[in-house]
Amino acid sequence: MTLQNTTDEILNLAAQHFKVSREELRPDDDFFKKLGINSLQALDLLTTIENHFHIELPDYELQGVSDFRTLAERIQSRL
Amino acid sequence: MLDLGEYNSLGEALQAALEKWPAELCLIEADRDRENARFTYRQFKEAALPLARALQDGGFREGARAAIIMTNQPKWLISAYAIFFSGGVLVPLDYKVTPHEHLRLLVHSRAEFLIVEYHLWRAISQLPDANNLAARVVLVTEAPAGADLHGALRWEDFRDSRQPAFVARQRKDPACIVYSSGTGGRPKGCVLTHENYLEQCAAVTPIFPFFPGARYLSIIPTNHAIDFMGGFIMPFSGGGTVVHLRTLRPEYIREAFTRYKITYMAVVPLILRNLQRGMLDRFTALPHFKRRILNAAIAINRALTRSRARPQISRALLKQVHQAFGGGLRALLVGGAFTEPAMIEFFHGLGIPIYNGYGCTEACTAITVNNLRPFRPDTVGRPVRGMEIRILNPDSDGVGEVAVRSKTVMSGYLDDPEMTAETFVDGWLVTGDLGQLDSSGHLRLFGRKKNMIVTEEGKNIYPEDIEAVFDSIPAKEFCIFAANYLWPTRTMTSEQLVLVLRPEEGKAVSDGLLANAADRNRRLANYKRISGYLTWDREFPRTASMKIKRAELADQIRHTLTRDSVVAL
Repeated sequence: MTLQNTTDEILNLAAQHFKVSREELRPDDDFFKKLGINSLQALDLLTTIENHFHIELPDYELQGVSDFRTLAERIQSRL
Repeated sequence: MLDLGEYNSLGEALQAALEKWPAELCLIEADRDRENARFTYRQFKEAALPLARALQDGGFREGARAAIIMTNQPKWLISAYAIFFSGGVLVPLDYKVTPHEHLRLLVHSRAEFLIVEYHLWRAISQLPDANNLAARVVLVTEAPAGADLHGALRWEDFRDSRQPAFVARQRKDPACIVYSSGTGGRPKGCVLTHENYLEQCAAVTPIFPFFPGARYLSIIPTNHAIDFMGGFIMPFSGGGTVVHLRTLRPEYIREAFTRYKITYMAVVPLILRNLQRGMLDRFTALPHFKRRILNAAIAINRALTRSRARPQISRALLKQVHQAFGGGLRALLVGGAFTEPAMIEFFHGLGIPIYNGYGCTEACTAITVNNLRPFRPDTVGRPVRGMEIRILNPDSDGVGEVAVRSKTVMSGYLDDPEMTAETFVDGWLVTGDLGQLDSSGHLRLFGRKKNMIVTEEGKNIYPEDIEAVFDSIPAKEFCIFAANYLWPTRTMTSEQLVLVLRPEEGKAVSDGLLANAADRNRRLANYKRISGYLTWDREFPRTASMKIKRAELADQIRHTLTRDSVVAL
């Protein structure tokens, strides 16, 4: 799976999870700002992503990450 | 319960706890739906003493400073005990700040020893200025086999059975240096003594008694004064159990309540809000008739618990709600930041024993606690035992700056006599918060006098701490303020930071400048980010040494612009 595919799937999952239109989300978006979510809700999204990709990420992997592209890179490195 | 008046130091009190309850369950480490480890008090001691021996063999001496940077887990407490046992001073650091900030605080504290999780050490040791680190010995936990530890030692390697020497300390000796802020600006390292902690524990445990079988769910970072007290000193002083959950995922927090039959849990408002959101979602999904039954039960419960808590009645009336919290919850403590009364009322309406309070690191955690007798969500409660509160310079409504005096108040800020002198007035700690004491002795808060915000996660953010990120931004001048400092609102909610931009002479704030500011803002942790900016076209007032006169600038802005002038960034 390419980084592009991973990013796309994460954007799909985020759109479903937070019930927003997929078209509104871009890889470089700051998900805290774009989705209006807090750090715990971001962790909830991480659980959804883990279940989808069948991987496990410690909470600290999300530390310092606030855009979908960087998140996708972190996921990609575990696939 | 231990009689804490008998002990001179945390090391002595903790040692007594390990002797008193050897067979009782001390720690549980859980991760998601797995359980990683359990320790009795005897096993805790058996894990800690070899580490104390290793520290002492490594040159650890009475009064030596040792920092811990770890997520919530048993090795945090085991390491802390080894440090206290060896007569050391603990420097607990927030694992959530950046590696650069870790290094800065490690350098400031002059910690000679560092105990740190591998992933955090890897980031610190790769910094270009990592050689500024003063620590002579670094112990790293959970490092993968074959990992390059950059000269550090593996925590798990120390299994020496030779008895270490217990090093006695006196009540007035420093026990911890706890940073209440200063990751980017002027570090505020609160020097807290053994007496501060022992007195605070003795003051709070009558409200929240621990006993063998009582379980505390630890999710607030243990470096935070609340978890250090509620998730270490208090449970140990009563033979209770600390449950460490190594994830903050809301679904696993909810599961931990039922799996471990939690007795106490401390949360910050952010976590409480998430719990509330989850419950409201479930309530909304109920069929109409069940929702009506629930609402009726809540109304009855509210009426019956107005003057005092009646846990048996609440549990019977709202059985399923209480089962979701494990069925044995004695207190859900919320602190670290101001909590909206409506949120407290939501949980109280369900019969969940929710206690809000008010405190600060400088006072060693709690200053007041709302004890539900009666339920007063409009306040932060009454002073805890031994705590005196004064309202300085009250206005006609009785609102003034909150000052406190107690044996729990810190001795001062590390290496900063000037800031210490500014913080104490005639022996009273001046908090910078505005409050009013009512006739029943309850404290109500009305905002802040100082230029800072406290986030829902319980993080104190000082503008000076984050300004470094905006250094060299292409503007003539810039400065950051708390919006409520510029325009006081008499509230402590919805606090935001504002960037004041003065563009180059004769120029407007361009899209390029805003994009630059937005980019820098994203480099900050999400909870530290500024919310908006405002344009200012006058020269900033400065001192002879060219420091911005913040109070004067704020005054000028306040009298020229309104809050509506702030544009979202």
